Amino acid sequence: MALRTLYDKIWDEHIVAQRDGEPALLYIDLHLAHEVTSPQAFDGLRTRGLKVRRPDRTIATIDHSIPTTDRSLPITDPIAAKQIEQLRTNCREFGVPLCGPGSGHQGVVHVFSPELGLVQPGMTLVCGDSHTATHGAFGVLAFGIGTSQVEMVLATQCLLQKRSRNMKVEVTGRLRPGVTAKDIILALIAKIGVGGGTGAVIEYGGEAIRSLSMEGRMTISNMTIEAGARSGLIAPDEVTFEYLKGRRFAPQGADWDAAVAKWKTLVSDEGAHFDEIVTLDGSALEPMITFGTNPAMGIPVTAAIPDPANLSGVEREGLIKALEYMGMEGGKPILGRPVDVVFVGSCTNGRIEDLRDAASILKGRKVNPKVRTLIVPGSEVVKKEAEAEGLDRIFVEAGAEWREPGCSMCLAMNGDMIQPGETCVATSNRNFEGRQGPGGRTLLASPLTAAASAVAGTVADPRSFA
Amino acid sequence: MNPFTPFESPIAVLPVDNIDTDQIIPARFLKTTTKEGLGKAVFSDWRYDAAGQPRPDFALNQGVARGAQVLVAGDNFGCGSSREHAPWALTDFGFRAVVSTSFADIFFGNALKNGLLPIKVSPEVHAKLVGQGSGAEVKVDLEAQTLTLADGTAIEFPVDPFSKRCMLMGVDELGYLQQFESEIARFEGGRTAPYDTRSVL
Ligand code: SF4
Repeated sequence: MALRTLYDKIWDEHIVAQRDGEPALLYIDLHLAHEVTSPQAFDGLRTRGLKVRRPDRTIATIDHSIPTTDRSLPITDPIAAKQIEQLRTNCREFGVPLCGPGSGHQGVVHVFSPELGLVQPGMTLVCGDSHTATHGAFGVLAFGIGTSQVEMVLATQCLLQKRSRNMKVEVTGRLRPGVTAKDIILALIAKIGVGGGTGAVIEYGGEAIRSLSMEGRMTISNMTIEAGARSGLIAPDEVTFEYLKGRRFAPQGADWDAAVAKWKTLVSDEGAHFDEIVTLDGSALEPMITFGTNPAMGIPVTAAIPDPANLSGVEREGLIKALEYMGMEGGKPILGRPVDVVFVGSCTNGRIEDLRDAASILKGRKVNPKVRTLIVPGSEVVKKEAEAEGLDRIFVEAGAEWREPGCSMCLAMNGDMIQPGETCVATSNRNFEGRQGPGGRTLLASPLTAAASAVAGTVADPRSFA
Repeated sequence: MNPFTPFESPIAVLPVDNIDTDQIIPARFLKTTTKEGLGKAVFSDWRYDAAGQPRPDFALNQGVARGAQVLVAGDNFGCGSSREHAPWALTDFGFRAVVSTSFADIFFGNALKNGLLPIKVSPEVHAKLVGQGSGAEVKVDLEAQTLTLADGTAIEFPVDPFSKRCMLMGVDELGYLQQFESEIARFEGGRTAPYDTRSVL
């Protein structure tokens, strides 16, 4: 048999049918839904008189437009309230389980589902959200879809798909202290660009990836989409099994052993063909931060902001425009740039380990009084865990705000936003113009760098806080 | 979806690279539960100033771009989120085609599913269109897969045959998928579900 990549193996196992010259029908094992990209899809089902085919393979939560303030208060934005109510109605009517606030599981769609053990190696998984790639960390073929496709999956549990390119990213060596998964992915995107992975599924490997926890792996896989790729994959191993064991929906007893035996086969065959291979030296990485208006505009925190004078043509134009928007000057160091807001959270860095990282810097220190610092746990489970460890007290004593779970300032549609001209060091995944509020300036970084910057009041190197 | 018929139209030129979906339709407009009416908010943060007044220097606000059904944008158009609100907003505004040197994957697929034709051209053709500027006339013919410029040169563009057929006939993918009911049922019969998500409640 031909040698196959991990992607090929998962793909082959999920093809329902394919007619000559037409896209394949790919079967979807798990469909995650949230309030923003589903209402028009449920509406479509109603118009066509269709049911949800597999409510047992569908699960919903509320994350994007929900406020992160006191949950006992009503939602003041009437349009957000209506959207959330619409999801409740749709879930009730179509029999889809919903993990809403207070259920103990509500959270960012990509944080709550792995915690429940719903995400298991070898599956196909979709969600009407581009950061669905997160789940690839489990060796799952996971990708974001549009609302029309949400409707298709609800109705048929299938999608029309074309095979993607196979791309491999090897991150070699061991990370140095102060360098995290977020720095790996920011460095990779800076290297290959926002279009570097277009049309590809990226499989990550190498010592630096293998030595990461599941949380770190999810951070990497999550941002794969920012390099333009369809999805990210990391072959499951002992770290994956250890994470899943005992979780609510994980197999139990004899089923567990059978599952693990199967999961162990989910690796790319030795010598399988990749259309492209990229290598990154993990041991040479430094904490990274973005200075511009797309995630590829990243540099080590200790480096100087790129100077347009060294570029030409459209690249130069693009850099000038970005620096102008960001209020940055080419050739100057980024360290010391004043910061107004720090946001720790999102599906990239809103998991327990991320909060522990932030707490390791904030413990016994104070946030600079000029900086508004928001710490937003990714889910109710993360929140509970953090509180059990006393992290919430560390944050509050440092002068940060400890919020309720949700997407929050990652995309600023729930009222948590920064003001025009403000600079925010954020642990989320997108620094597009206005992403965190019109006129806002976002610098993407790890929880360590974000927390260090909160204390310093300026962009700071977390290693100086060790 | 209506069948996609040939049309002639002036172009609107917005030669910015990496236009992301947060620019096409900012997140605060995603709280809607319908597809209609998003055209008002397309490129909102570029189109209007803080006081809500149109910025005269923005391409779509200029007279020459009025009525344009073809948007000429820079490289890697539509990167960012999977929000289908982006093609909804563009079509609601009146666009039927976007011309660029490349498109982000998810946007590309979403556009095709919503009657918005993404036309990929070479950097040379792109530069020519940008040089002509907003208001220049083009002709779009999906059947022939051609974009005809004002000087009469017809440029061929790629479209996969399946999406092309769907767009020309105005049928959507769900209708196509439903023809496979027996194959789907057979496939499902051959595997055991790993769990029932409903037991979470
Ligand atoms: S946290 Fe941000 S990126 Fe993640 S799902 Fe929410 S809005 Fe999307």
